[in-house]
Amino acid sequence: MRRILILFAHPALQTSRIHRRLIPAVRELEGVTFHDLYEAYPDFDIDVAAEQTSLRAHDVIVLQHPLYWYSTPALLKEWQDLVLEYGFAYGPGGTALHGKTLVNALTAGGAAEAYQRGGHNHFTVRELLAPIEQTARLCGMTYLPPFTIHGTVRLIDPAAIDAHAEGYRRFILNLRDGAPPTA
Amino acid sequence: MDSFLFQAVVYLAAALIAVPVAQRLGLGSVLGYLVAGVVIGPVGLNLVGDAAGDVRTFAEFGVVMLLFLVGLELEPRRLWTMRDRLLGLGGLQMLLTGAALAALGYFLGAFELRVAIAGGLILALSSTAIILQTLQERGVLRTSGGEATFSILLFQALAVIPLLALWPLLGDHTAPVESGLGGTRQTLRYLIALVAIVGGGRYLIRPLFRLVAATGQRELFTISALFVVIGIATLTQWVGLSAALGTFIGGVLLADSEYRHELMADIEPFKGLLLAVFFMAVGAGVDFGLIAAQPGLVGALLAAMVGVKLLVMLVLGRLFRLAWPDTFLLGMALVVGDEFAFVMCGLSVQLGVFTPAEADLVIASVVLSMALSPLLFIVNDRLIQPRWAATGTTARRPDDQIGETDHPVILAGFGRFGHIIGRVLRGNGYGATVLDHDADQVEVLRKLGLKVFFGEASRVELLHAAGAARARLFIVAIDDRERSLQLVTTVKKHFPHLTLLVRALDRPHEHELAAAGVQHIYRETLGTSLELSADALRLLGMRAYQVRRQIQQFRRHDQESMRELAQVRHDDEAYISIARQHIENLDRILRADVSEEEKHQRHEGWEPPPPHDPSRD
Repeated sequence: MRRILILFAHPALQTSRIHRRLIPAVRELEGVTFHDLYEAYPDFDIDVAAEQTSLRAHDVIVLQHPLYWYSTPALLKEWQDLVLEYGFAYGPGGTALHGKTLVNALTAGGAAEAYQRGGHNHFTVRELLAPIEQTARLCGMTYLPPFTIHGTVRLIDPAAIDAHAEGYRRFILNLRDGAPPTA
Repeated sequence: MDSFLFQAVVYLAAALIAVPVAQRLGLGSVLGYLVAGVVIGPVGLNLVGDAAGDVRTFAEFGVVMLLFLVGLELEPRRLWTMRDRLLGLGGLQMLLTGAALAALGYFLGAFELRVAIAGGLILALSSTAIILQTLQERGVLRTSGGEATFSILLFQALAVIPLLALWPLLGDHTAPVESGLGGTRQTLRYLIALVAIVGGGRYLIRPLFRLVAATGQRELFTISALFVVIGIATLTQWVGLSAALGTFIGGVLLADSEYRHELMADIEPFKGLLLAVFFMAVGAGVDFGLIAAQPGLVGALLAAMVGVKLLVMLVLGRLFRLAWPDTFLLGMALVVGDEFAFVMCGLSVQLGVFTPAEADLVIASVVLSMALSPLLFIVNDRLIQPRWAATGTTARRPDDQIGETDHPVILAGFGRFGHIIGRVLRGNGYGATVLDHDADQVEVLRKLGLKVFFGEASRVELLHAAGAARARLFIVAIDDRERSLQLVTTVKKHFPHLTLLVRALDRPHEHELAAAGVQHIYRETLGTSLELSADALRLLGMRAYQVRRQIQQFRRHDQESMRELAQVRHDDEAYISIARQHIENLDRILRADVSEEEKHQRHEGWEPPPPHDPSRD
């Protein structure tokens, strides 16, 4: 059983429909640590040492967040900038993350068709996440294709949202118990 | 009409007229005072009567105060770094000038050898009062030329001790020698005085000031400051030392005390006043009769004095590797004779070194050199210095030589509010000159190793002493609204370049500060109550980051309404109506149930576009 760390970043969860439902589906699962970054660091004053200790204690890192301007919310970027230090995550002696797995679990307002050539957003979600993929590569981590929920702007039906939440739960369980992930 | 008040009116009126005129003409205040003295003196309007001599003796005390202040500015550490110049430059100046003048007097002037030596040594001295006053006025006291000048003056003040001891040897031994003290007894007296000053400075004066400061009576502090200065002067005079030297040492001893700025501010006005009177008395005392009777002899003596002093200083300046501009400053400054010459001449007549006629001659040339001195400074400024200014050689020293009062920040009030500010600044490498008026607090902080000065911050003299002219920020952290407003007004008026950051005790105080034009105002309870509100909201289950945004919004809104309310603070009706309106607005903005349009206006972040937005299709 792999140990899973979910780094959750949402600056306005109180207005969210989807993430609010996704969280209960995974939060209490055995072997899963759920870490709410905006709740822990509302002043962006990230405890780097604690974050690094937490990273060492897990095998799979899930970045759960809404897609903002084709990227992560600001605090998750700040987290990368501060926590993935030289000598810890990369560079000489920076092997703490070697062999671990990184994956994005995100919600996007636009429909799946919008994220492709000729679509409204031109690039696929995987392409847009290239900076994170390369970050994982530099840190010696395996990067997996993102878990994406598209079209959240129109996703209002509670039953449909629950279905997505169940999908997310299975995705996490598979990361925990499934075959070793490969890129 | 010879009453004290009439004399005071005469001196003050003369100064009021002559000094602005002299400054207007770019001649400096010293020349203004001297001319004023001549005008009210016997050859002028003859208003001062016979009292001029007494007035001068009394006003000489200004010199003593001047040296006390100079000592206060000079920490022992800095004095030690000056020792080479002090002994080398100062010693050689005295020796060479004295010897050259004595030789001239002996060989050309046909004076007796001992008269020539005594005269040479007396004329070698230079006036601390005139030179320091002038250098200060020109802001060159802390250039290397200014510091070299100062070290020579300091050596002269020290040299007076052995000089006075040697003087009887120069006397005409047929005359009775007055000094009845044996060598050992005299030495013992010196030692007692020294121990009294050093020990008293360490263990008596500071507790005294603390006690006086605790009473909160301003004038009592001034009285004790005067008491200390006059006490030291009296003590040193009693043992036969120069009073100026004694107070100088006293000043140095107190230079690192918490009362330094307060002492400066207290003594400064007295010094200024006494020196002004002193200069005027010197002007009034010029014996034009003697000059008219022996113009050749007086002129020759003056010429010899100016020539020799200037020449010696030019040679020494180069020898001690000073730049040319500094060397000239040094030379021109030191030409002037010393007011101590008056004392020495009196003593010389007493000991039979001089005849009264010889003493008058020396005094006349000293006085003339005092009148000449401001002119020499002008020559130096207008004709000599520009030669080097053009080539870029500047007499200014780099900043690190400026004393420790030159912090970028002045912090008034070091209580529960100010001490945090001070620590944050210090922790980040920004020095702050800290002023506090609570003597007990200052004492405690000193024990904790924090450099805090005692003083009433709203006094302009104290602000000057604390280096306000060169600071960048002025932080007001005191807890008294009246004093805070007074301080803000004073700083804005006298030091408009300073950025003010002010603690406000409550809303009305905040409004007063805003009306006084303060840009950076901090209501002391606002931060804490907002922090508490934030924690309360979190404990009620609100998202931490949402709480943060809401609190920031509240703070911003509070700022805006404060500016508006400050304008109507005297109109109760308008105040209440505007205040109500702001409170309602803010309540509505902070509530979640605002319309879509309003949400858009308040820049709500992270909201998805509405479902009908085509950009998401």
